[in-house]
Amino acid sequence: MIRVLLPQHLRTLARVTGEVQVEVEDRVTVSSVLDAIEAKYPALRGTMRDQTTRQRRPFVRFFACEEDLSYGSADEPLPEAVASGAELFLVVGAIAGG
Amino acid sequence: MSKVRVLVGTKKGAFVLESDGKREKWDVSGPHFAGWEMYHVKGSPVDPNRLYASQTSGWFGQVIQRSDDGGKTWQPVGNKFAYDGVPGTHMWYDGTPHPWEFKRVWHLEPSLTDPDTVYAGVEDAALFRSTDGGMNWVELSGLRTHGTGSQWQPGAGGMGLHTILLDPLNSQRIYIAISAAGAFRSDDGGETWRPINRGLRSEHMPDPDAPVGHCVHRIALHGSRPDVLFMQKHWDVMRSDDAGDSWHEVSGNLPTDFGFVIDVHAHEPETIYVVPIKSDSEHFPIDGQLRVYRSRTGGNEWEPLTKGLPQSNCYVNVLRDAMAIDSLDSCGVYFGTTGGQVYASADAGDNWAPIVHDLPAVYSVEVQTLQ
Repeated sequence: MIRVLLPQHLRTLARVTGEVQVEVEDRVTVSSVLDAIEAKYPALRGTMRDQTTRQRRPFVRFFACEEDLSYGSADEPLPEAVASGAELFLVVGAIAGG
Repeated sequence: MSKVRVLVGTKKGAFVLESDGKREKWDVSGPHFAGWEMYHVKGSPVDPNRLYASQTSGWFGQVIQRSDDGGKTWQPVGNKFAYDGVPGTHMWYDGTPHPWEFKRVWHLEPSLTDPDTVYAGVEDAALFRSTDGGMNWVELSGLRTHGTGSQWQPGAGGMGLHTILLDPLNSQRIYIAISAAGAFRSDDGGETWRPINRGLRSEHMPDPDAPVGHCVHRIALHGSRPDVLFMQKHWDVMRSDDAGDSWHEVSGNLPTDFGFVIDVHAHEPETIYVVPIKSDSEHFPIDGQLRVYRSRTGGNEWEPLTKGLPQSNCYVNVLRDAMAIDSLDSCGVYFGTTGGQVYASADAGDNWAPIVHDLPAVYSVEVQTLQ
């Protein structure tokens, strides 16, 4: 069970409050976690990554265990603490704009 | 008793305003989708409870929302806008080739006959259509690939397809406009396209009479006479009497012919409205006086409409999708400003009053006349 904290606008769009939980069958990676989030909450498709290229949207970051996991391969394993649910996987919208 | 419903898209959410046929007292609901840019909200002409909304964000991309109950509740529908094939390049601001990249939906145009069919005009400029209530979108790529696409260039606000006009007397005819490529027409339901810019003259271009490259801001038509088109170009108010095959200027006595909106009276096909804006470097009314100009002669002869509009210290803009007209007997005219006001006239423009004062910057205004 992966624990995910979405930014406020995406919580509103997905109609959830607080953290959400998703299951990942195989390797726990950024890509597989996003797959699981989008499968459980279809309204979020395209909001974190482009639906065609699967590239992360520029103003979105993925944090966990006090690290920015946005820049590595989306197919690298996430820390065990994320895979076990001990630590949150954070989807973060950049602090910018007006 | 007739009612009207005004759909307002703003920089930070959407608002639904409703009134009876007198159009004096208004109920305001919103913000819907608070904090998101709402480029456009529009209802189906055949099912007024069916609304479509373009919700967009620099952070989280494009969402399309649909309501089946007149805006009380909404559900996100399909938001995958994939260009057909390898999209290639258009021209960038500096004249170099630039890859086509989807950014957002500027305009949604529901079908005149089927509530599940809706067209989307997007940035970078392309036309998409959904026939399943917005769940899936397919590009009508004959527009982008007809031959001039590589020469299209963005306007200052981006290369958006902002105007979609469906001909009510000819289901195969569609007009669209792009900033800054110009106007285009299809006579086969969107399969093939051709530029319709003959007669437009744009001094910012190396060849002012070029077939494409004109910064068209908005086109309007009257449903009873859809071969007659009215255009607010970047500069110049233009008219075509032959479905866009040729254009001539009808700016006449306007104090400035720069502006964004243009629309047509519901019952008088020769009565048209514009909001003159000082210039492309000063996007506000002349002398701080917000004035709608009305022509009852299809252009050239214009009268200022000022009653109820601020006539001093007003420096707002009125964006291209921010004017609409209802179809009650005494037709109502509505427009929104970047200062967050929505003004309404229940008597075809003679008298005006704000419906709301303090919304976020208004991007779009549409109105539905409900029985």
